[in-house]
Amino acid sequence: MKRVGLFIPCYVDQFYPNAGIATYQLLKKLGLDVTYPTGQTCCGQPMANSGFEHLTQGCNQLFVDNFSEFDYIVSPSGSCVLHIKEHLHTEKSEEQASGIRKKVYELVEFLVDVLKVKNLKAKFPHKVGLHQSCHGQRGLLLSQMSELVAPYYSKPQELLSQVEGLELINLKREDECCGFGGTFCVVEEAVSVKMGKDRVNDHLLNGAEYITGADMSCLMHMEGILKRGNSKVRVLHIAEILNAG
Amino acid sequence: MNTKTKDHPELSELFNQDEQRVNWHDETLWWIRQKRDKSAHGIPEWETLREKASQIKNNALSNLADYLVSFEERALANGIIVHWAADAAEHNQIVHGILQKHGISKMVKSKSMLTEECHLNEYLEKQGLEVIDSDLGERIVQLAKEPPSHIVLPCIHKKKEEIGDLFHQHLGVEAGTSDPQILTEAARQHLRETFLTRKAALTGVNFAIAETGEFVVCTNEGNADMGAHLADVHIACMGIEKIIPKRKHLGVFLRLLARSATGQPVTTYSSHFKRPREGQEMHIVLVDNGRTVQMGREDFRASLKCIRCGACMNTCPVYRRSGGHSYSYAISGPIGAILAPNLDREKYADLPFASTLCGSCSNVCPVKIDIHQQLYKWRQVIVQEGYAASSKKMSMKLMNYTLSSPGIYRTAGKAGRLIMKYAPFAVNNQFNPWYKQRDMPEVPKQSFGEWYKKNVKSE
Repeated sequence: MKRVGLFIPCYVDQFYPNAGIATYQLLKKLGLDVTYPTGQTCCGQPMANSGFEHLTQGCNQLFVDNFSEFDYIVSPSGSCVLHIKEHLHTEKSEEQASGIRKKVYELVEFLVDVLKVKNLKAKFPHKVGLHQSCHGQRGLLLSQMSELVAPYYSKPQELLSQVEGLELINLKREDECCGFGGTFCVVEEAVSVKMGKDRVNDHLLNGAEYITGADMSCLMHMEGILKRGNSKVRVLHIAEILNAG
Repeated sequence: MNTKTKDHPELSELFNQDEQRVNWHDETLWWIRQKRDKSAHGIPEWETLREKASQIKNNALSNLADYLVSFEERALANGIIVHWAADAAEHNQIVHGILQKHGISKMVKSKSMLTEECHLNEYLEKQGLEVIDSDLGERIVQLAKEPPSHIVLPCIHKKKEEIGDLFHQHLGVEAGTSDPQILTEAARQHLRETFLTRKAALTGVNFAIAETGEFVVCTNEGNADMGAHLADVHIACMGIEKIIPKRKHLGVFLRLLARSATGQPVTTYSSHFKRPREGQEMHIVLVDNGRTVQMGREDFRASLKCIRCGACMNTCPVYRRSGGHSYSYAISGPIGAILAPNLDREKYADLPFASTLCGSCSNVCPVKIDIHQQLYKWRQVIVQEGYAASSKKMSMKLMNYTLSSPGIYRTAGKAGRLIMKYAPFAVNNQFNPWYKQRDMPEVPKQSFGEWYKKNVKSE
């Protein structure tokens, strides 16, 4: 059986363990041999996107040490996966790093492209808004982008359509950025918050009870805004919905 | 020169103090982005066109010297006087020299982002010359003594009421007028007078054709034509990257330019200037101003493919909510943020960070510039060259130390969660920019790692 290494990004590990647990359980339900290498920390993206890619050698080496042995590496975070795919390099073990860049998957893309899941036994009878994270959508091509002239597809929608009772709401701006952007959210606080408010409002005005997506970081940002506005709308990682019921 | 005092986050914060204005700015630009989408989707071969344009530009840049020399030869043969300027100062002096030679003290000018980049208006005004911008948007910001906030829509940040006030002050329009038709008519009368009395006209250049020695100027108002046709002296200024090899390539760009910029099928006027009419003098100034330096930087070279359509600004979620003036550079938005650091790394060190790297800019770009990838790369260069704040350096080093060791990471994570749980005031305070307008995540009772250890590893 192919072995799957579960990559749980640092902020998911620390603040959103439920997204990690749902990912683990979902993959187990689908009959996979899943292991969480306990020596993992972070993909290094917060440093790299801030211009400090040269400081990520420690993180990179650690990632290679933890994940080289697996056939697939799967993570509930498009952004972190994209970072690994694009920027994982090491001085000592570049061959392994190159191997990892090819076998690392975001959860949705793994379910759709590798496992070709057609029949998820999940149930979630709620109105749900789907937030397309930029790195997932434009970086990992999880769904078609509104800017390009090309046929429509959406991998997260393909999975959510298999969930019993789930009603996906329409959004006015389908793939607008939420404004999280890693350290952007604190360095450019004013614009980041405004983007987040606008993103959240699109979901609220269209009647979402839950906002979901394949990137917990965007959801964390929108959750912070929802809570500050005393909204009852909650965020849930897509793994939690696909694993529900 | 505009000396910068505030950086992008500070200027954006100021812009965001008026949320209604931000909403209006965002929605106006989004409306244009949607027009662009509709227009692009009307052309099945849109993506092929983009690829073609990108390749033509790659070719032009790879053979830039040859094409420029060939352009010069043919332009000279056509009777155009050709000048070369190494930088902004030289460009300004050349334009000034031409005007001086003819004893001209008043000039009409159509839109040219190059002259904004070179601060030509300020320079000429200091020499005692008068310059009137004839593009309506540019005229408005000129009256307001502001730089343009957008390369295609220079006064997109201004509401019609504000324009009414300006026209009341400067053009004698009745106070409180905000009817666009009345305002446009007032501007038309004012500009007509200008066109008729100016002996020199300056235009920008959208495309210069190496094969024929002609150049093409695109405007929606016809103002470039009005100026150039009436004046005794026509001066055209272009960055050297505006060259395209052949006339047949023009169709590719003209189909892309207006659709990307405003969603129009084609710009209202695409005027070819090949030779001066009898009795007229026609000059072209070819300007480098840092372009050959950027050519030499492999990672950033593709930024020179830009045809200045402004699509990346209209789509940029940050630009829409921070306004063009927050970029402190003649060319704002994502493309400006990759062009500006080429000219002055220290002054524009903040710009590549004014992005979430969402990638929408690269997707709308008609010549397929990898804008968001270049933003990422500029960040690395800026930090390596030492332009990052020392507080940022410290925090990044600490982060690196923590994340390079699983043991320290787990301890720090646990400590952090405990602090957030038992001493939330240590986190929820005014020094935490996250907390200012957002709540912190709720602290879970255990990390995923702890859950895994308890529930899976012990199985």
